[in-house]
Amino acid sequence: MKKLLIALVTLLPTLALAASGHKIHLEDANVDLHDKASLERGVDLFQHYCSGCHSTQYQRYERVATDIGISADDMRNKYMFTDAKIGELMQNAIPHKDAAKWFGATPPDLTLVARVRGEDWVYSYLKGFYKDPSRPFGVNNTVFPSVGMPHVLEELQGTPVKQADGSIVVTGGKLNAEEYDQAVRDITGFLVYSAEPVQLERKAMGWWVLGFLFIFFIVAYLLKKEYWKDVH
Amino acid sequence: MVKNLINWIDARIPMTATYNRHVGQYATPTNFNFWYFFGSLAMLVLVNQLLTGIWLTMNYVPTAEGAFASVEYIMRDVEYGWLLRYMHSTGASAFFVVIYLHMFRGLIYGSYQKPRELLWLFGMLIFLVLMAEAFMGYLLPWGQMSYWGAQVIISLFGAIPFIGDDLTLWIRGDYVISGATLNRFFALHVIALPLVLVVLVFLHLIALHEVGSNNPDGIEIKKNKDENGWPVDGIPFHPYYTVKDIMGVAGFLIVFCYVLFFIPEGGGYFLEKPNFEAANSMKTPEHIAPVWYFTPFYAILRAIPDKLAGVVMMGLSIAVLFVLPWLDRCKVKSVRYRSTLHKLNIAQFAVSFIVLGYLGVVPATPTLTIVAQVFTFTYFGFFVALWVYSKNEKTKPVPARLTH
Repeated sequence: MKKLLIALVTLLPTLALAASGHKIHLEDANVDLHDKASLERGVDLFQHYCSGCHSTQYQRYERVATDIGISADDMRNKYMFTDAKIGELMQNAIPHKDAAKWFGATPPDLTLVARVRGEDWVYSYLKGFYKDPSRPFGVNNTVFPSVGMPHVLEELQGTPVKQADGSIVVTGGKLNAEEYDQAVRDITGFLVYSAEPVQLERKAMGWWVLGFLFIFFIVAYLLKKEYWKDVH
Repeated sequence: MVKNLINWIDARIPMTATYNRHVGQYATPTNFNFWYFFGSLAMLVLVNQLLTGIWLTMNYVPTAEGAFASVEYIMRDVEYGWLLRYMHSTGASAFFVVIYLHMFRGLIYGSYQKPRELLWLFGMLIFLVLMAEAFMGYLLPWGQMSYWGAQVIISLFGAIPFIGDDLTLWIRGDYVISGATLNRFFALHVIALPLVLVVLVFLHLIALHEVGSNNPDGIEIKKNKDENGWPVDGIPFHPYYTVKDIMGVAGFLIVFCYVLFFIPEGGGYFLEKPNFEAANSMKTPEHIAPVWYFTPFYAILRAIPDKLAGVVMMGLSIAVLFVLPWLDRCKVKSVRYRSTLHKLNIAQFAVSFIVLGYLGVVPATPTLTIVAQVFTFTYFGFFVALWVYSKNEKTKPVPARLTH
């Protein structure tokens, strides 16, 4: 029976591969949530380039500031562009109805996007825009075909043009390729944080809990052994 | 002083007698192995679900407009709300892990056989109610998979001839899954089904303590008593199995807390990725998969080309477990003393169950559908074969005393 189980366990991944079919290639985001400076740059970029249309409405400004280490004043003056109070949820400036009219669909809330799509997807998506005159906003995306938004980071990245061999060549832009990758990583980092603000605290607490449980297990084992001495 | 108080209470309700009957003087076989941890662990998880559930209810908003946001509110703004939520969501999966292992224990050691048929039936009812409880609970976060999973499962009832459409309408309270469905599922999930569950668990325990625990040897320890009427191979549940179960609890919690604190999404199986997107009736997810604990039965449903036949077979795959005590006609309980054929049959059943569970997770392809049909056949084949060979099974001699 054990042999059968082992055979089965080794067989499963093969079946899984057979079933999953084609996949879009995603680049590794390499996000480091301990890098507070990167997260703050992420807040900066997100608020300037994304928050006009995309809300992060399950998240509060104040919580973001506290978690990332931004002072309340900095948060208010540098990163808040609506008349919201700092304790409020991060709604966006444009009304949903108007946005739906302008873009054909309401731009989705992005609080949890990193949990829905995964961090590598977000990273690859932000790097995946390329020029496509057939699209309403003049751009398309390698990981999100027929994307319904413009390339808002074009002034940073430059104009990406898809070549005949499928590669993308960028011309112009304020940032070089390496700097752009880092900027995109910063935004991705903020979105990964935003999807579950408690994740670092959760893991830190987890080690203490597991440590306690190991000791508890040893105590419980010795207690059991002591009580069971006279059985058999 | 304390003794007087106890006497005073005992003169009014049978406190000491009840304690002795169920804990202090409950004779338990000495040879319980690893498989015997899962009963008490199921109780632990039940208590976990009840307690965390109560606290989640304090901040959850059971409306289509507010449900999704209230879950994120619990995750972010409620003090340790994330912990409560993960304890509850991880607990749901842990419940099924523990219950499936508990049922498998009953299967290999013949714990469903005479005189434990009612005990098995109560257990099966618990399993049934637990599935309903989990299904309704999964709608409450109001994510995409909550919504579409419920849509798919409820639409199954539509396959029933004549009353199907009216029945689905009655269950949903609307023509599609809506706030009305959410409200009633919430009521059933937090009050009705937990009450039924607790009553069934009570009956399960009463039935167990009446007939006594089975054991890995499948011998009735009550048949061999000393001059005081105490089973020779028995030890009192407390303190022996209380201290042993505490050890089991510690071991279980290490695994449970590892998942809870480090991989609460369970690789997308405990919390499915699309469920982090609010329910949207206009947008169907690419691939709708039920949560992992339903997938063996879901795979059977999908394996059958005809919808009604599929629903019937899925129902049968659970119903057949109810009659297991009468399908097995062998007098020997434990797999240890039964035929090689029986051992192989149990092994193939376990493999079928796991493979079906896997197939229910992945999208169906023509090849995988054929694989699912094969394993549906072997799943039911287990019961048919058992009924056939168990009548005149070649068993090994059963020892008079427990082995260790």
